[in-house]
Amino acid sequence: MNAHSHDLQVPVEVHARTPPPPLAPITQTGRLILRQRLSPGTPARYGILLGPALLLLYWSVLSITGFLDPRILPAPWTAVGTSIELIREGRLQTNLAVSTWRAMSGLGIGVLVGAGLALLSGLSLLGGYVIDGLVQIKRGIPILALIPFMILWLGIGEAMKITLIATAVFFPVYINTHNALRAIDIRHVELAETLGLSRWQFLRRVVVPGSLPGFLTGLRFGVTSSWLALVVVEQLNATSGIGYMVTLARNYAQTDIMLVGLVVYALLGFGSDALVRHLETRLLGWRRTLGK
Amino acid sequence: MSARSAPPAVQVRGLVRTFTLKGVLNGIDLDIAPGEFVALLGRSGSGKSTLLRALAGIDHEADGVGEIVLPERQSVIFQDARLLPWMRVLDNVVLGLAGNDVRERGRTALAEVGLSGRERAWPHELSGGEQQRVALARALVREPKLLLADEPFGALDALTRIQMHTLLRRLSDLHDPAVLLVTHDIDEAIVLADRIVLLDQGRLAADLRVELPSAGPARQDRIAGLRRDLHRLLGVEDAPAEHRDHAAVVTTLRGQS
Repeated sequence: MNAHSHDLQVPVEVHARTPPPPLAPITQTGRLILRQRLSPGTPARYGILLGPALLLLYWSVLSITGFLDPRILPAPWTAVGTSIELIREGRLQTNLAVSTWRAMSGLGIGVLVGAGLALLSGLSLLGGYVIDGLVQIKRGIPILALIPFMILWLGIGEAMKITLIATAVFFPVYINTHNALRAIDIRHVELAETLGLSRWQFLRRVVVPGSLPGFLTGLRFGVTSSWLALVVVEQLNATSGIGYMVTLARNYAQTDIMLVGLVVYALLGFGSDALVRHLETRLLGWRRTLGK
Repeated sequence: MSARSAPPAVQVRGLVRTFTLKGVLNGIDLDIAPGEFVALLGRSGSGKSTLLRALAGIDHEADGVGEIVLPERQSVIFQDARLLPWMRVLDNVVLGLAGNDVRERGRTALAEVGLSGRERAWPHELSGGEQQRVALARALVREPKLLLADEPFGALDALTRIQMHTLLRRLSDLHDPAVLLVTHDIDEAIVLADRIVLLDQGRLAADLRVELPSAGPARQDRIAGLRRDLHRLLGVEDAPAEHRDHAAVVTTLRGQS
């Protein structure tokens, strides 16, 4: 303590002997300097639509002026006309229904199996040893490389198509849910133990809500994967569905129908992603309030 | 509250813990009477958290032997509030309880800690002190016969800590559980506890009754005396600077120059 107070003594002495210099008077410039703004600012509400609108305009101009051969890419209004015609004939909605059913069955199975196995491997050591190793090995093989084997095992019917879509959905759902499970806070587990929660209560109150954000991320990727796999399987020996409609149109060089197929895929993908994002905001309300 | 004739609420015999992350225990014998408030003091690494985790039954990884007899109903309060962020305050309080009246009991417990009206709040909307009060309500709504608290005020600011001391003391008098409070704050131990147990290198090094007079200079003398004893037992050479008389410090400085 003595040494310490000795250290303190020196600056005190110095301060006492030399008074501080007088403060310089504040000069007033009388002008407010506004700095150059480097951040982009607040976005307008529908500003995101500008890019698509410009593209549509560009496309229309090329079509009107005849720069764009309709055999390469038909005009936007031709696509609209063709859609109306296809709907009148009933071809668009029947094919759309078949495609949606395939994608949804595959998605449903893939999500159930993915989340179920993630729970098994995340919550039990043995499950982890058995399942996780297999999944990591299988992850190295691209899904589409499985098609020849799938056809060999399951034929070229619906079973093969749905299995392939389900497999494509399984991986993102499993991996994201499994990661979220492993990231569950050990302190919350200890709390559950001291409160004497049963295994079921622990699952329902701690594990499921805790891993929900990861699961939903996996679901978003899974939905995208399901449409991707759908496009591929529908071009393999299909006799119905949007992909079949497009393949058929390609054989007759009906570029307008091909274009309609593309637009439908885009709408499906965009719509289902918006649906999952809506689900996210609903289910993760406790998190959303964090930002407010 | 002196020792009672009733059998102890907590009985620990020959408790040994090795190879834990937080410290070892080398044979602990400890009795806590029903309703007795015991503070467990020790330097970091002395094994006080290890002892608490052994009593709470959450030291799954630890090796060891010994005998622990505990009441059936016990609650734990951690240094962090450990509220589940996806549940509202009231749901956090009654988590794991069953029965028709649990929500009513939860509301009563929240009222006791001064948080009436915050039942529907999310945990992150509360301050650190409020979160810790929710944790206290969650512990007390279970009507524990033993309350285990692991440095529950360590993360709070000084003012909030004083308020929490008063609250904990009042509620533990009201509900009358046996309390084991792990702390490294000597003054906290003196103000709150009936008895102070000192842990050093995994052994019980001292066991003091606090017996504070309710007010007046006698109380201050007793506090100062206990503080001096505990400092000596803990091997602290000098009292920390903030407990020193300010004038004395100034005098020392002048004397040196």
